[in-house]
Amino acid sequence: MRVWLSQDAAARALGAERVAAALRREARARGVTLDLVRTGSRGMVWLEPLVEIAGPAGRLAFGPMTEADVPALFGPPGAHPKAQGETEAIAWMARQTRLTFARSGIADPLDLGAYEAAGGLRGLRRALAMAPAEVVGTVTRSGLRGRGGAGFPTGIKWAGAAAAPGAPKHVVCNADEGDSGNFADRMLIEGDPFCLIEGMAIAGHAVGASRGHVYLRSEYPDAIAILARALAVARAEGLLGPRALGPGAPFDIELRVGAGAYICGEETSLLNSIEGLRPVVRAKPPLPVHEGLFGRPTVVNNVITLASVPVILADGAESWRDLGIGRSRGTIPLQIAGNVRRGGLFEAAFGLTLAEIVDDLAGGTLSGRPVKAVQVGGPLGAYFPRALFDTPFGYEEYAGRDGLIGHAGVTVFDDRADMCAQARFAMEFCAIESCGKCTPCRIGSVRGVETIDRIARGDAAARDLLADLCETMRLGSLCALGGFTPYPVQSALAHFPEDFDRRRETRP
Amino acid sequence: MPSTSAFSGARVRAIVAEHAGLEGPLLPILHAVQVEWGYLPREALPVIADALNLGRAEVHGVASFYHDFRERPPGRHVLRLCRAEACQAVGGRDLAERAQERLGIGWGETTADGAVTLDAVFCLGLCACGPAAMVDGRLVGRLDAEGLDAILAETV
Repeated sequence: MRVWLSQDAAARALGAERVAAALRREARARGVTLDLVRTGSRGMVWLEPLVEIAGPAGRLAFGPMTEADVPALFGPPGAHPKAQGETEAIAWMARQTRLTFARSGIADPLDLGAYEAAGGLRGLRRALAMAPAEVVGTVTRSGLRGRGGAGFPTGIKWAGAAAAPGAPKHVVCNADEGDSGNFADRMLIEGDPFCLIEGMAIAGHAVGASRGHVYLRSEYPDAIAILARALAVARAEGLLGPRALGPGAPFDIELRVGAGAYICGEETSLLNSIEGLRPVVRAKPPLPVHEGLFGRPTVVNNVITLASVPVILADGAESWRDLGIGRSRGTIPLQIAGNVRRGGLFEAAFGLTLAEIVDDLAGGTLSGRPVKAVQVGGPLGAYFPRALFDTPFGYEEYAGRDGLIGHAGVTVFDDRADMCAQARFAMEFCAIESCGKCTPCRIGSVRGVETIDRIARGDAAARDLLADLCETMRLGSLCALGGFTPYPVQSALAHFPEDFDRRRETRP
Repeated sequence: MPSTSAFSGARVRAIVAEHAGLEGPLLPILHAVQVEWGYLPREALPVIADALNLGRAEVHGVASFYHDFRERPPGRHVLRLCRAEACQAVGGRDLAERAQERLGIGWGETTADGAVTLDAVFCLGLCACGPAAMVDGRLVGRLDAEGLDAILAETV
C-alpha cells in the first residue's frame, strides 16, 4: 500500500512524525506492506498532516490526520472521518494556477527522476540551447519581477550582471525569508529543491556566472537539511559541477546558513554576511550587479523569483506574461497566515482582491470573530482595514494605497487585535533588528517605541511627533527596514485611530 | 545536545582548517564552534582572528551581531517562542507572557537551575499554524497554554 505523507516543517510541527509512526505500526499489525513516500506540502496547512492514498482517478486526501485516524485508512476510503475526496478536486487546489509550486507536495523532493518526470529540467535544457542573451530576453519579456518584495524586473537585473565586466560572476539566492506571515521560500525548498537549483543554473547561464550561493536562514532547519541533500544529488548527477552548463562551463552552489539576523534579508547585508563581514547594509551604488559578492558582478534574487524561471523558460515568456494585472505579471504564491480558518499557500495569477483572499479562500478567522486588519507583506507591510479589501493583488495596486505586497504574505487579525500594540511592535522589531548603520533606523525606531507609549498614555501632542519621525525614517533610512517600518505604524494610526485613543498600558 | 568538553584552542584551529577552502569562512566557522561547545567561548575569538589573519575586533563585531550566537552555555533545554505578527494574531503574546511567568525569566535568559533557556525567535515559517515554537530543535505548531505547560513540565 502506497501512502504519501507530507514532511514539510508545518506538517511535522502538527504531528506528521507521530502519524508516520502510527502508519508503520498499523501496517505491520495488519501484515500490509507499506510504501510510505514523504513529500513536501501541497500548501493546505489547515489539512496538515495530510495523508494521500491512490484512488481510482487521482490521489485521495485525508487530513488533518492524527494517530487515531490512522487505522481507518486501511478500511473503505470514503468512510474515513477525515476524507477530503480527491486532492486535486479540493476547491483550494482546483482554483489555483500552480506554476512555480506545480510539483510541491507530489513526490519525494530528493527524487531527481520524479522531478524530471514531472516536467523538471525542461526549462534548463531549453535555456542551454539558447544564447545567454536570449535567455535574459525571455525573462525580461515574461515580465517577471523580484518576489522578495522590491519588484525589480528580473530580466533587467540579469542584463546588468551579464554586461558587467569581471569574473567570476555570482548568482546569490536570498533565502533569508524573515518576514512573519511568509513561508513560500521554506515550502519551495522543502517541497521542490531541484526547482530552485534549476532556476539558479539558468541564471548562471544567462549572466555567465559560475558560482552560486544560497543564503538560507537558520530558523529553517528542515529546509537546510533538504537543500543540502538536494545539492549533493545534483552534484552526483552532473546538474552541478565542472560541466553543469556545458563543456567548460562550470556551475556549483554553496549553501550558507544565516544566524538569526533579520537584516540579512537585505541584499547587501546578506553579501556582507557571506563574506564574513559584520552584516551592516551597504550604501548603493555600486549595485550588486556591478560590485556584489567579493566585489564581483552578482545577481541577487529571491527563492521564488529563481524558482519561477524554469517554467518561464519551459513554457515561454508569453505563458507567464499573459497572466496577471497591470505591471504584475504571472502568478504569485499567496501565503495566508495568522488568524484564519484555512491557512496555507495559494498560487494564483496577480489580481485577487483582499476580500477574495481573506473571506473566500481563508474562510475568515479561525476564532470565528470578525476580521479587523490584514497585514500584507510581512512586518514592514501596512495594516489594511476592511475598507481596503477591494485592493487587487499587485505591486502598484498596493503601493497606490500606501501598502506593499512584500513577499506576498497575508496575515489576518481578528477584532481583538490592539493596533496600537501592533504599531509599537513594528518599531520595537525595527529597534531589535536594525543593523545600526544609519541613524533614522537605529535611533528612530527606539524613539518610535517611546513616542507610541506617550500616545498610549494620552499625550495627544505625540501624534504629530510620530508622524514627523515616520517621515524621517521613511526618507532618511538606508534600506527598507527603517524606510518601511513606518508603513505598519502609520497605517495602524490612520485606519485604527481609536486604538490609540484609549489610555492604557501597551503590552511589550 | 552540544558537547560539554573543555575549551581547546587546538580544536578551534582544526575547525578553522576544515573551512580553509571557503571564500568568506568566518560565519560557517562561528557556527561550527557553537556546535562544538553550545556557545562561543570567549577564548575562541582571538584564536579564530589569528588563524584568519583578522583583527579581534572584526571577529567580535561579527560574532556579536547575530542573535544565534551565545556568549555563555544555554540551559539543558532551549525553548524558542515565535514573537512575530502571524503568531501574535493567534495568541502568541499571551503564550510568551505565560512562558516568562512560569519560568520566571525574560527573553534570552536561563533558569537558575540551568534547566531552560527561553529565546525569542522572529518567525519559524509556521505562520499558517501558529503560535509556533521550537523545543530543542523540535518544531511545534498551534501551541496553546496546555501544550506550553506540557513542554515546560518535560523540561524540569
